[in-house]
Amino acid sequence: MSHSKHVVSTAITAETIAESHLVAPEAVALYALGLGDDALILAQRLGEWIAHAPELEEDVALGNIGLDQLGHARSFLTYAGTAWNKSEDDLAYFRTESEFRNRHIFEQPNGDFAVTIARQFFVSLYFDRLYRALKESTDPTLAAIAAKATKEVDYHLDHSVQWLLRLGLGTTVSHEKMQRAVDAIWPFVGELFSPEAALRDLDDGVGVRPELLRESFEEDARRRILDAGLKVPTAPFARGGGRDGIHTEVFGHLLAEMQVLARAHPGATW
Amino acid sequence: MVTTESVARPRPSDPADRRLWDIAATVVDPEVPVLTIEDLGILRSVRTTGAGVVVEITPTYSGCPAVDAIRDDITTALKGSGIENVAVNVVLAPAWTTDWMSQAGRDKLDEYGIAPPAPRRSDGVVGLGLGIRCPHCGSLHTRETSHFGSTSCKALYVCLRCQEPFDYFKGH
Repeated sequence: MSHSKHVVSTAITAETIAESHLVAPEAVALYALGLGDDALILAQRLGEWIAHAPELEEDVALGNIGLDQLGHARSFLTYAGTAWNKSEDDLAYFRTESEFRNRHIFEQPNGDFAVTIARQFFVSLYFDRLYRALKESTDPTLAAIAAKATKEVDYHLDHSVQWLLRLGLGTTVSHEKMQRAVDAIWPFVGELFSPEAALRDLDDGVGVRPELLRESFEEDARRRILDAGLKVPTAPFARGGGRDGIHTEVFGHLLAEMQVLARAHPGATW
Repeated sequence: MVTTESVARPRPSDPADRRLWDIAATVVDPEVPVLTIEDLGILRSVRTTGAGVVVEITPTYSGCPAVDAIRDDITTALKGSGIENVAVNVVLAPAWTTDWMSQAGRDKLDEYGIAPPAPRRSDGVVGLGLGIRCPHCGSLHTRETSHFGSTSCKALYVCLRCQEPFDYFKGH
């Protein structure tokens, strides 16, 4: 068995990738773009909590989780961009709404704190399953990004599970709000497991087919929702389409805020 | 897990590269200025190539914003020693772990008022959950107030004996 991918040094900055002439194959780049957009848009949503969280510790926690997500996004987008000679900033700031590939759960508004926790719970559990599998990827760059991210997502999952329990088993009001939040986010969970079109042209073992993560995800999600004294929602899943560039009505506003500075002052650094 | 020093601090065997490593190794973490990047275990390699000196570092956390400052500081340190062409690359694999922090680094952290990371075990043995030791009064009677602290690598604790809050460099 080869261990070479665990010792190979994998470049992640645009400069080093350019120097090393590392270029992601087209289909791998499309796959990385989707994963990068998921992380980027979640980071943007989490950043909206800064100075607005219910307590100082949560301000710090949500900010830290967002920063980790931004780190994952930068790695994925930089790698994706090598296929099209684009930088991470080109991809983050100069694409239009229909060019973003993130799935809908990541763009959903923060809502109240319970809604953010419900979203964090579902996506952290999904990332946990995804990155654990992706760190075995035959593509060394994807494997390295995932191996790094797995350790961080551990904290994110723990954070959301603790709050799920605390709010679900707390007061009547916190219980009702947590149930409402889980119900509100639930319809967007299904799309996480719809097939990745980019993987159709790739050998098995490069990416992770999300369909294969579903059973383990659902089993764990159900158990934790029940542990928190909540009901598992039964509502049908929403239609999805994020990977095809179709987004919900909230997305344009998010992009406007995220991109305005870079578009008003192209090339500016600070 | 016991990590060998050679993994945590792969100092080159070539004498010229070794000298460059020692220069790069003086750069400190801007967020925790008592620790050098060598103490942290984030300095991964230094080598001379035809195009100049190539230094590799690894981030503690994916989004760590200190990486850019550390990259600039390494370049400045090497240029100060007459090296003109310096490239600092960021590598992700193998993923950093607090097990790479040197004993000297742990001692310095403790003196600085940050509780050093507890060792992590990957041998399947479950460690007894002894409390994190308060860097102010030494008590083990402490409580985590938040898993997320002032930087990605730290958690917030409070000492239940001396009542002082403190940062814990969390095992990772």
